[in-house]
Amino acid sequence: MKLYEHMAKDILAKAGIPIPKGRLVSSAQQAADACRELGPVAIKVQVLAGGRGKAGGIRFADTPEQAAAEAADLLGREIGGYKVERLLCEQKLSIDQEIYVGIAVDGAARAPVLIASMQGGVNIEEVPEKNIVRRNVGVTWGLFPYTAREVTRRMGLDPKLANRVVDIMLRLYRVFREKDAELVEINPLVVLTDGSIVAADARCNVDDDAMYRHRDLPQVVEGSELERKVKELGLSYVELDGDIAVMANGAGITMATLDIIQRYGGRPANFLDAGGGASVEPTAQALDILLATNPKAVLINIFGGITRCDDVARAIVQVKESRGLTAPLVIRLTGTNEKEGVAILEAEGIAAFSSMEDAAARVVALAGEAVS
Amino acid sequence: MAIIVDEKTKVCVQGITGNQGRFHARQMMEYGTRVVAGVSPGKGGQELDGVPVYETVEEAVDKRGASASIIFVPAPFAKDAVFEAIDAGIQVVVTISEHIPVHDAMDMMAFAAQHNATIVGPNTFGIISPGKCKIGIMPNKIYVPGPVGIIARSGTLSYELAYNLTNAELGQTTVVGLGGDRVVGLDFVDCLRQMERDPETKAIVLVGEIGGTAEEEAAEFVKGMKKPVVAYLAGKSAPPGKRMGHAGAIIERGRGSFESKVQALNSAGVPVAELPSEVPGFVRKALAKKR
Repeated sequence: MKLYEHMAKDILAKAGIPIPKGRLVSSAQQAADACRELGPVAIKVQVLAGGRGKAGGIRFADTPEQAAAEAADLLGREIGGYKVERLLCEQKLSIDQEIYVGIAVDGAARAPVLIASMQGGVNIEEVPEKNIVRRNVGVTWGLFPYTAREVTRRMGLDPKLANRVVDIMLRLYRVFREKDAELVEINPLVVLTDGSIVAADARCNVDDDAMYRHRDLPQVVEGSELERKVKELGLSYVELDGDIAVMANGAGITMATLDIIQRYGGRPANFLDAGGGASVEPTAQALDILLATNPKAVLINIFGGITRCDDVARAIVQVKESRGLTAPLVIRLTGTNEKEGVAILEAEGIAAFSSMEDAAARVVALAGEAVS
Repeated sequence: MAIIVDEKTKVCVQGITGNQGRFHARQMMEYGTRVVAGVSPGKGGQELDGVPVYETVEEAVDKRGASASIIFVPAPFAKDAVFEAIDAGIQVVVTISEHIPVHDAMDMMAFAAQHNATIVGPNTFGIISPGKCKIGIMPNKIYVPGPVGIIARSGTLSYELAYNLTNAELGQTTVVGLGGDRVVGLDFVDCLRQMERDPETKAIVLVGEIGGTAEEEAAEFVKGMKKPVVAYLAGKSAPPGKRMGHAGAIIERGRGSFESKVQALNSAGVPVAELPSEVPGFVRKALAKKR
């Protein structure tokens, strides 16, 4: 779960990391009030997309009137695919240097990694590798001050600033662990002209699987309405931009099904993983959802291992009888009781294949796309 | 021979009194796996399908000599279960549980490294040496013994490939599921190293997917191997920034793309099949050629 900038900053502030003075606002009037209180301000849209500066989502205002005008212009706009509903008005900073500090999960090392660079303020992906310092952190003992000091040395940070940046790194690591974060990032961490250091922008992505032990964290809703609805059913769903609805059992095989459809010239409308078990109830629910998206055709790819194919076939027939099939349906069924399953479907006039490749070719043809 | 598990492996099932645990304990026994004990806190002292159930893993090790464990306990309790198994001296911990917090996974991996234990998973379908031992949730019928090792990140996709190989009369030495999470224990390189040494394994199929750098690291290792390796990768059509079911299957910050993996594998002499049905042909060709 991604947190909005203002939420991430609240967490950093509670951990003792300095942040700029700011006010969260949702109207032009509130923005003007914030400017009256804080003086010249930066006005930043609160959206979950990166690159909001480039998209025009950060403005500056010296007077309350300007702040009101900028806020009025930003609110309701769409930035990075998100509608702007809130703005963070922060005291304008007089910046001398911009640094990058982040901590992420490093899958290859199976451990956290501290990442830092003197080139802050831009997407870290655009910074040349030679200007980035990385150090893995052992979870047993945590981040030691000496490790953070070595990182600041390798960055080429002014030794006069090192102690304070080390302190921020140690606090950031504590946030990373305590909040079950997949990523915490201060970008930029700025050195002001008066020598003080503040976190000018912050990100915090919390592990969805750990939300059960963070009831205190705000709930941020991501994804489209449909994606959220399917997620509530415990299924994994991603919307894509094609017209062939797809469901399979297992994440890897679902991805492979999409690849094969595309290879045959079709365009998948979604990724829907009904789970490796492919039990009957999720299959019926998933099919229901797919048909509701009005696809040109639907492909269901079931590798029945422990689940029996005839059970899956009966679930499909049940959906057909209860709501009707509003799009042509192609089923691939392989595994336990495959013959019985195929017979049940064919009796209902539903095409069933035992090879996923044949099934994919058929659904592409049905969707009226070119078959390569 | 086989890698990691064989006919001598004595298995303890953690979470045996749950639906999943009980069902799969029975399936594993039907396959011939030596399931010697179950563990279920608060429910010890009974027998399930002839398997004694204990309160703790230590008890299962003391009384029944369990050497491997399979974990079905719910995610919030999985870290405790994995630590318990390792602390009791279990060498191979197959972690089936899904949705384990990634910070718990990192803790588990650090603990396993300190104790020289192997964690398979989390979020894995397990490991099977056909005809000898199955510690996992994969269907019993799709595997036959033979010369091919399979290492996969994803469950059902590996079933698909094993099924294709079995139908082409290419049996398997060992099939390993690494798990779909971002942080997992056993990895491609560990398995490749062991399969390279295993005299019965003649060719290896690597089943990867987008996200992370595991396939790139595997490719680097293959460069020093003698046995042939072929690959199938899922996620060619996946857009960047979208998590395709697995926590690890996401093209993020420009890393983990399909193209980078294909390039790395090809440069190590590993052909990448475009369709699952092409894999048996690739394996046959590799076996005929022998590097």
